[in-house]
Amino acid sequence: MRIPILKLNNYLLISIQTEIDDQTAIQFQEDLLDEIYKTESSGVVIDLTSVDIIDSFIAKVLGDVVTMSDLMGAKVVLTGIQPAVAMTLIDLGINMKNVPTALDLEQGLLKLHKELGV
Amino acid sequence: MNPQSCVHIHKEWDIVGARQLGREMAKEIGFSTVDQARIATAISELARNIYLYADQGKISYEIIYNNSRTGLCLIAEDEGPGISDISQVMEDGFTTSGGLGAGLPGVKRLMDEFEAYSEIGKGTTIKTVKWLR
Ligand SMILES: Nc1ncnc2c1ncn2[C@@H]1O[C@H](COP(=O)(O)OP(=O)(O)OP(=O)(O)O)[C@@H](O)[C@H]1O
Ligand SMILES: [Mg+2]
Repeated sequence: MRIPILKLNNYLLISIQTEIDDQTAIQFQEDLLDEIYKTESSGVVIDLTSVDIIDSFIAKVLGDVVTMSDLMGAKVVLTGIQPAVAMTLIDLGINMKNVPTALDLEQGLLKLHKELGV
Repeated sequence: MNPQSCVHIHKEWDIVGARQLGREMAKEIGFSTVDQARIATAISELARNIYLYADQGKISYEIIYNNSRTGLCLIAEDEGPGISDISQVMEDGFTTSGGLGAGLPGVKRLMDEFEAYSEIGKGTTIKTVKWLR
């Protein structure tokens, strides 16, 4: 399974709609970094509205994606984290402190616009 | 719904199957959305540990009753290498695999009861319960 990555101007948009298994998560990490490199995108929004579970592994992959994209010069915003998911992340001791987040896709794009000024 | 079920963990996708079954059971018993997510997340952690460290094992699910309370009991069992120091692996951030080391201490916080038994060379059993509120 592969998570589709859409391009919108100089942003990449991803809406995760499938149950993420470990392999899909790793594949997504690779695909996104490749895509950032190829398209020279400056911002990425990953929408998690349909994701009803984030365990420690997926949290690590998402955190790593943010760090790696940052190294490449692209800013990532995670959007739409469900309340139940936010609560389980806290139980896991994962605070996502240095991961930019926004309420929904629209807010995520606004955040990128503000930070990147484009 | 079966009051007792069991999922064998031997391939990566079984982690997904195990947590989906747990969520379904939790939903039917009447757990809140948040507790359903907690239970599914706990199962995901236990199943991944089995897959990563013991290669294979199983997770059993049982609906249990105590006085007027209903709960979901999960037992994760494997015959892997075992854990030499349980208190060490229960520390936040302890990992031997480059993970976050959030799994086991996380399961303990996600659930209401948690017990771990392990013997080197014999395997590991983790029993955990979530009570309906
Ligand atoms: N079933 C098991 N058999 C043998 N060792 C285990 C088992 N489960 C956990 N361990 C050991 O306990 C350590 C801590 O496990 P824990 O799940 O807390 O963190 P992790 O798996 O390393 O990382 P994370 O779960 O955050 O991705 C593991 O690194 C591993 O060494
Ligand atoms: Mg683990």
